[in-house]
Order: sequence, then C-alpha cells, then structure tokens
Amino acid sequence: MSRNIAAVLVLIAFATVPLIAKVFDQPYYLTLFGRILIYGICALGVNLLLGSAGLVSFGHAMFLGIGAYAVGVTEYYGIESGFVQWPLGIAAAALAGLIVGAISVRLTGLYFIMITLAFGQLFYFVASGLAPFGGDDGMTIDTRSNFGHYLNLNNETLLYYFIFAILLLCLLFLHRLSHSRLGMIIAGIRSNESRMQALGFPTYRYKLIAFVLSAVICAISGLLLANLTDFVTAQYMTWQRSGEILVMAILGGMTSLFGPLIGTTALLLFEEVFSAYTEHWAIILGPVLVLIVLYLPQGLWGLLPDAKRPSR
Amino acid sequence: MTQFAAQLLNGLQLGVTLFLMSSGLTLVLGIMNFVNLAHGSFFMVAAYVAATTYKYTGSFIVSGVAAVASAFALGIAVDVVCVRKLYDRDHLAQVLATFGLTLFFNEAVRIIWGASGIFAAVPPALSGRIEIFPGFAYPVYRLVVLAVGMVTGIVLYVVIVRTRAGMIVRAGGSDRMMTAAMGVDIRTLSAGVFGAGAALAGLAGFLAAPMVAVQSGMGDPILILTLVVIVIGGIGSVRGAVLASLVVGIVDTLGRVYIPKTIGSAFTPAVSDALSPALTSMLIYLIMTIILIFKPRGLLPAATG
Repeated sequence: MSRNIAAVLVLIAFATVPLIAKVFDQPYYLTLFGRILIYGICALGVNLLLGSAGLVSFGHAMFLGIGAYAVGVTEYYGIESGFVQWPLGIAAAALAGLIVGAISVRLTGLYFIMITLAFGQLFYFVASGLAPFGGDDGMTIDTRSNFGHYLNLNNETLLYYFIFAILLLCLLFLHRLSHSRLGMIIAGIRSNESRMQALGFPTYRYKLIAFVLSAVICAISGLLLANLTDFVTAQYMTWQRSGEILVMAILGGMTSLFGPLIGTTALLLFEEVFSAYTEHWAIILGPVLVLIVLYLPQGLWGLLPDAKRPSR
Repeated sequence: MTQFAAQLLNGLQLGVTLFLMSSGLTLVLGIMNFVNLAHGSFFMVAAYVAATTYKYTGSFIVSGVAAVASAFALGIAVDVVCVRKLYDRDHLAQVLATFGLTLFFNEAVRIIWGASGIFAAVPPALSGRIEIFPGFAYPVYRLVVLAVGMVTGIVLYVVIVRTRAGMIVRAGGSDRMMTAAMGVDIRTLSAGVFGAGAALAGLAGFLAAPMVAVQSGMGDPILILTLVVIVIGGIGSVRGAVLASLVVGIVDTLGRVYIPKTIGSAFTPAVSDALSPALTSMLIYLIMTIILIFKPRGLLPAATG
C-alpha cells in the first residue's frame, strides 16, 4: 500500500467518524477525534519548522495557547463573533511569532531549542498569572465562536467537519508550499544554510517567515481547541505540551507531509486505548517511543513505501 | 539583613544542586553532542532510593551511598541499552528517545512507590538549626547540603581543570574529532562521563530528597533549570556551568523573595498578587533570553573555557 492510498484511506476514515459515532451512539468519538484532528493541525504547524526548516521549537504550545485565549478572552468581554475572534487570534500569534522568531532564528541547534523553551515559559507564566482568566485553573467558555446562522459550532457534528475542513486546508496549503519557491528555499536552508547564503538568499528572513507561518497554524489549532473543549487554561501552554506536540510530529515521520497527522492519531489513540486498561499506560508508551526512535528513523509513516520510490 | 543572608545561602544551595546536575550533562552534550532528557530521572530515582534506604537502615551515609550507586548503575544501564545507539543520530531522535525514557521512569517509580510520593526524613543528628551569628539561625541540614555540594563541586572542578583525565574530558568537550585523532577512545570516555554525570545527579537527588517532595516527575522541573544553566554557561563548558549554576540559583531564590516585596510596595495588593508570581517564575527565562541575545554561545563558551 503506497503512502498516497493510505493517506486517502486515513482521511476517509476521519470523514466517517460522525457516522460511526451516530451508529454506535457514541457522541464521545466526536470529541476524541476532533481533539486528534486539532492536535494534528498543531503538529503540522510545528512540522513546518521541524521537517521543512530543520528548527526544533520547544515552545510552540504558546501559539496554541494564544489561539485558545483569543477565544476565551474576547468571549469574557462579550465578543462572540468568530469574525472578530479568529482574525484577532491569528494576528496576535503572527505578531508574537514575529517577535519571538526574530530573536530565536538567529540561533541554531540546542540554543534554538532552549530559547524557544524560554519564550514558551514566559508566555506560560503570563497566562498562569492572569487571574481574571483563570490562570492554571482555567476558564469555561460559555459561547463558542459565532460564525452566523449557517455555521453553528454548537452542533457537534458541524464543529467536527469544520475542524476537518481546516485540517484539509492546512494539508493543501503545506503541500502547495512545499512545491513553491518559498518552500524550496526553506528546504534548501535545512539541507545547507551556508550554501543558500552563498547563493544570495537572505536565509534569516526565510526562516523567520517559516516561524511565523508555523505559529499561525498552531494558533488556528488553539482557536479550534477552545471551541471544542469550551475551556481555556494556562495548562495548554506548558513545556510538556510543546514536547508532546513535537513527539506527535516526529512519531509519525517529520519528513513527510502526512506524518504528523499519523503520529498525532497514533499517540492520542494509544493513550485512549491503554488508559482504559491501566492507569500506568505511560510505562508502555515510553519504551515504545524508544523502540520507534531506534528502529524506525522515518517514523510510523516511513513504514509505508513512498509512491515516488517504489520498494523492490 | 538576616533574611538576606538566609536567602543568599538558600540560593547558593540551589546553585550547588544545579551544578551537580549540570556538570555531567554539559559534558555529555559537549563531548558526544548528546541531549539527555532522562538526566532528571537519575535525580528522581536517587531521591526515592535514598528515602527508602534511610527508612530501613536508619543510616544517612548508607542511604547516600545507595542513592549514588543506584544512579550510577542506572546511568550505565541506560547508556548500554539505549544511549550508545543514539550517538550518531540527530538531536531530535535523542530528545524523543530520552523523553520516552523519562516517561518510563516516572511511571515506574509510581508503580513501585505509589502515586502520592514518599517522605524523606532528615537524620536527627542534622535536624534543627544552628546560630551562625547572633540572631541568625539556619537549618543544619541545609548547611550540610551546601558543604557536601561545594566540596564535591570543588573536587570535580579540580579533577576537570587540573588532572590529566580532566584534560582529556575537556579536550573532548572542545573538539571531539581532534581528541579522537590524538588517540583517545571517545566512546569509552563518553560512557565514563555519562555514568559519572548520572552519579552526580544521584548525589543531588539524595541531598535534595529531605527538602523537596519526593514524587514521580520531581526530576522534570530541575532538568529544565539544568538545561537553562547549561545554555547560559555555554554547552560543554564546566566553568560556564559553575558560573551559571550560581547565577541561576541565587537570582531565582532572591527573586522569589524580593520581587513580590518590591511589587507589593509599588502597586495595590490585587495587582501585585497577579503580577509577582508570574514575574518571579519568569525571571531566569528573561535572563537567559537576554544572555542568548548578546552572547549566543553562552557566557563562557567551551572552546575558550
């Protein structure tokens, strides 16, 4: 089974979730798979930096949080329109991404990991200190983003398909990006930054663009997460969360477009299934992660043959 | 004045703990270019072993030896089973695998010792306070921790800076390829440093056990602080680790006391209650960010330190 066929099958499976939830009378499936799709979007955003530009950010949960707080804070002040909340959240994340990125992308390797971690922590502590908005205890969101009559997000099925549609848009965007001039330049920087500089590309600027784009995608997942959970908390922004998102992206296979979504699905379903049997599921997950790193360097998605390079 | 002295000692003591944690980690990073997120697990396991051994034997010395030995053994085991195979891989693979190890160890101690954490007793001989100068009493145990940590730190520093073995280790940190070309077996060297680093983390965990909550995941926050120390000091630099440990330890401790005071006197209680916890927690990250903006390779980069 080639990757392209598998990708289509996975997307079809996601599309039929509401049907299955209805047939088996399990509305919980909608929440579970909605959450998987949302973290999938976030992992795609992180992977724009990770897989394309080769930058490991340990602070991207801050952008997830910025998106979620854009819904929570505006709702707190009585603004429920999604047409206000969403542009606001995206603009805030882009601005934060620009500032954080401008300082961070000058650094490389472990120093980049640590400075993104530091910024992530700064934003986390700001959020946890925001007592009116609940801080670490969180704040319930009474009304979901209001997009008018035809897109009523209070309908769980509609919300699920809304999330799914945004995921598809992100996949499409990232696919187009990787074949565009910008995407090629970013990939070139990952393989050999000095050579790109010698060719006359201002690599700093392109890395910054990649950073801002990935921040915006993560913020979109945050906007969705706040709507799905009706809840926003500083806990969305912890460094552990940033780590989990990285794990999702790497687990699936960060060199492919589709890998992060597979990794997210695998990790969250693993948690879901094993936590039903034992509260100590992490003791299985830990060694599984180690084994995947040791023996599947291309991630889970790498198990399937690439359509372009058929296996013999 | 007495409060300032007490806080300064507390800060020094955190700095000493951080130095024990960061010296091993920074060398493994510098020499083998290996990121080890499981370093906090050595700290945690040692704290559990120390608390349990002390409970059954009643001997502080025995519990210390058991804690350090268990951390050392765990370090060697982790190196043989997993880390050795990851030296040639990129940072990302290392981060992911050692994150997996951390998950495993956190859950393992929860299964063995229970979810609620355990109590580590201060030995009776070291409990109570001692008057350092009139009107200023300080807990004896904390002074002992400070002393043990400082002595270990000084011995370690002398070994690394003054002896032949230390010279080889430092050479490995500055230029791994050249050191290998000079005939040093860099793998054995690294396994040794990894084990020793784990033992030092174990010592830190043993000393910290009676002062912190011994529970699953206790190694994670200290690991993050340790990484901050390493980056501020400069990766692979032992002198940098000394300086950065003390800076982070003292700044963090003093910040927790004096920032709420300063803000409390400048703003209304409502504002300062919201502001000061965030600011105190942010302080070291702010400092790290500022240092990295101006000194992207840390305060004392390995090549010159």
